[in-house]
Amino acid sequence: MQVNNEFKPKIVAFCCNWCSYAGADLAGTNRANYPADVKIIRVPCSCRVNPMFILRAFQRGADGVILCGCHPGDCHYTTGNYYARRRMTMLFSMLNYLGIEKERTRVEWVSAAEGAKFAATMNEFVETITKLGENKRLEDLRCKK
Amino acid sequence: MRRIGVFVCHCGTNIASTVDVKAVAETLGKEPAVVFSTDYPYMCSEAGQNIIKEAIKEYKLEGVVVCSCSPRMHEATFRKTVQAAGLNPYLLEVANIREQCSWIHKDKAEATAKAIVLGRAAIAKVQLNAPLIAGESPVVKRALVIGGGIAGIQTALDIADAGYEVDIVEKQPTIGGKMTQIDKTFPTLDCSSCILTPKMVDCAQNEKITIYSYSEVEAVTGFVGNFSVKIRRKARYVDETKCTGCGVCTEKCPVKNVPNEYNLGMNNRHAAYIPFAQAIPNVAVIDAAHCNKFKTGKCGLCEKLCSAGAINYNQQDTIVEEKYGAIVVATGYNPISVDKYDEFAYSQSKDVVTSLEFERILKADGPTEGHLQRMSDGKQPKTIVFVQCVGSRDTSGCGKEYCSKICCMYTAKHAMYCREKYPDTDVYVFYIDVRTPGKNYDEFYRRAVEQYGVHYIKGMVGKVSPKADGTLHVQASDLISNEQLHISADMVVLAAAIEPDKSARPLATMLTASMDTNDFFTEAHAKLRPVESPTAGVFLSGVCQGPKDIPETVAQAGAAASKVIGLLAKDKLSCNPCVAHSNETMCNGCSTCANVCPYGAITYEDKDFSRRKDGSMIRRVATVNEAVCQGCGACTVACPSGAMDLKGFSTGQIMAEVDAICK
Repeated sequence: MQVNNEFKPKIVAFCCNWCSYAGADLAGTNRANYPADVKIIRVPCSCRVNPMFILRAFQRGADGVILCGCHPGDCHYTTGNYYARRRMTMLFSMLNYLGIEKERTRVEWVSAAEGAKFAATMNEFVETITKLGENKRLEDLRCKK
Repeated sequence: MRRIGVFVCHCGTNIASTVDVKAVAETLGKEPAVVFSTDYPYMCSEAGQNIIKEAIKEYKLEGVVVCSCSPRMHEATFRKTVQAAGLNPYLLEVANIREQCSWIHKDKAEATAKAIVLGRAAIAKVQLNAPLIAGESPVVKRALVIGGGIAGIQTALDIADAGYEVDIVEKQPTIGGKMTQIDKTFPTLDCSSCILTPKMVDCAQNEKITIYSYSEVEAVTGFVGNFSVKIRRKARYVDETKCTGCGVCTEKCPVKNVPNEYNLGMNNRHAAYIPFAQAIPNVAVIDAAHCNKFKTGKCGLCEKLCSAGAINYNQQDTIVEEKYGAIVVATGYNPISVDKYDEFAYSQSKDVVTSLEFERILKADGPTEGHLQRMSDGKQPKTIVFVQCVGSRDTSGCGKEYCSKICCMYTAKHAMYCREKYPDTDVYVFYIDVRTPGKNYDEFYRRAVEQYGVHYIKGMVGKVSPKADGTLHVQASDLISNEQLHISADMVVLAAAIEPDKSARPLATMLTASMDTNDFFTEAHAKLRPVESPTAGVFLSGVCQGPKDIPETVAQAGAAASKVIGLLAKDKLSCNPCVAHSNETMCNGCSTCANVCPYGAITYEDKDFSRRKDGSMIRRVATVNEAVCQGCGACTVACPSGAMDLKGFSTGQIMAEVDAICK
């Protein structure tokens, strides 16, 4: 989306309910700022995120997608984040092969106590995506009005 | 298309000051599915909830979107609201426009635009929400308390008092915890043992309480109401049922040079020992790492002397498996190792001690039998320097960033004790701040300063150097008079920071309970649910949740017990209906989902899909046990045929959210 010639990226953040979503809430409680470009989707666990969701986001015009889950070993469901980590490793290498810059996708572990880390991660991610510019390669122009 | 109602909350000014709530309600009101849209200062208030209820009836709403605070805060509240109006509680979505919008953005236009997008995503999702009905699961009417310190003891006693069975698992040979090592308790200066040991005895005598001492939790499976726990009972080489605690083995044991944990290694114990006189259970333990019988095979003196025939060198660890409805964590704390702070010469001089060691010196059953003596030469110290915040409030990365909370008060107690019993002693306390909130706490501290003449000096000790004459040269700064001080002290006491017990981290992993960066257990809500862990059925008692003194610990222990009693009083719990389910017509029975399921909730059965009676269309398909499934969704992504989906977070719902956000 280009407004007043200033690029505002569209960023989708998938956050697991137990750690990262709570971490994002804590960032709010602590009034830690990060850009409004980030929109969070709550999922029960990072392992609920189907690689398809990420492809869909890019197809629909997202410029960056980030997946946040509990730290390895701290998953509420014991092993979910390990599955997520493996799946995303596969997906990201495929995206890279397709020519999607690997910086557009990321997996981060944010615990429920790491509000500051959540905000810092989002600030940094938005900055990276802003530098990269619009995602044109995977965007399905038919989805654009 | 469903008829949706949108309710935008101002949250006073929390949302309304950065989000134009009227504009949000108006814009979302124009969405095709939305038939009603409004805003209100406090949606969670009774009046706000009534607006939702009335709108559901008046506009025949089939889905509700509340744009308000985090769903972690009020999703349950609004679910009850829609249910009261006759709508299925799962036909509700909450758009988080407070924690994840108004509180983090400053620009009103940006925040408003984001709130609209979040609202649209929720509308898109709620279109696809299925009406769900929660199942029920039974509650095992027994509680487990992990840790037998004052927190665990109080929790167990309170639960048992309500008539429920409780098991205490304690890794030490006796219950009692840190409080057994303490001499006196602030601010009343009553004897710690005198108030603790009766409670220990109560635990032992209460028929509802089972104590597993010298035991550790090995594995935890299951969920709220129905946990299954494996407890390892370490071999103590003494038959607990036979031992009378007469102490003959502990007196006659020829190995006398084992550092005594109870006195923090300041004196020695035998290889066969009872931790202290009032230990519960009062049963000896043989320390296999030091016992001659185990090391060389020659000795067996205790076996010969034991008239009860309780000694058994062949005892093995045993595993007890038990079911519990609720688990209370009360793992407590330890003082940090002060080795890193070598400027205080802890490793160089026996007369530099930690506060807990000082406590042992003061206590009648300690290494000096309660006489204030230097550990190096047994002389009575004439000048004592207390150093506060050793490792607490330390942002250098070396110690802990938090305040350990108890040190100011126990140091005032120690200082007062020294001046009371030995009035010719000079006592200096170096502090950053003196923090004494609490009933009668500040009065207590002021007594130390005003009545007992303890020298409180704001400033930090820079260096402690042991001198050849046995004194300790303390170099410190006085921040108020802005001068360097040189004190020749006989003893230095370090108020070491406290940290959660090392067993807490692996336990948290077993319980899937979350922890903060300092390894303290996280509570479900910092203000409103302070004794519950975010993991259902797991409760927190004592310092495992954050630094606390004894009165606070006991209060929290009682609160945790009341929460447990509330849970155990129920016969059935309603389960989370957001569980996986398999579309049998798409499932090809490949077992991929069962392999990734951490709970073993997926089984396979042969189902007949033919309409003929000969059953020629029998296929193997997955079935989800809804009582066991916890709803993580691992199977939904693993399924190669797309047969698995998660109720409440279905592929369609998440895709709809993605589309709405990226629009």
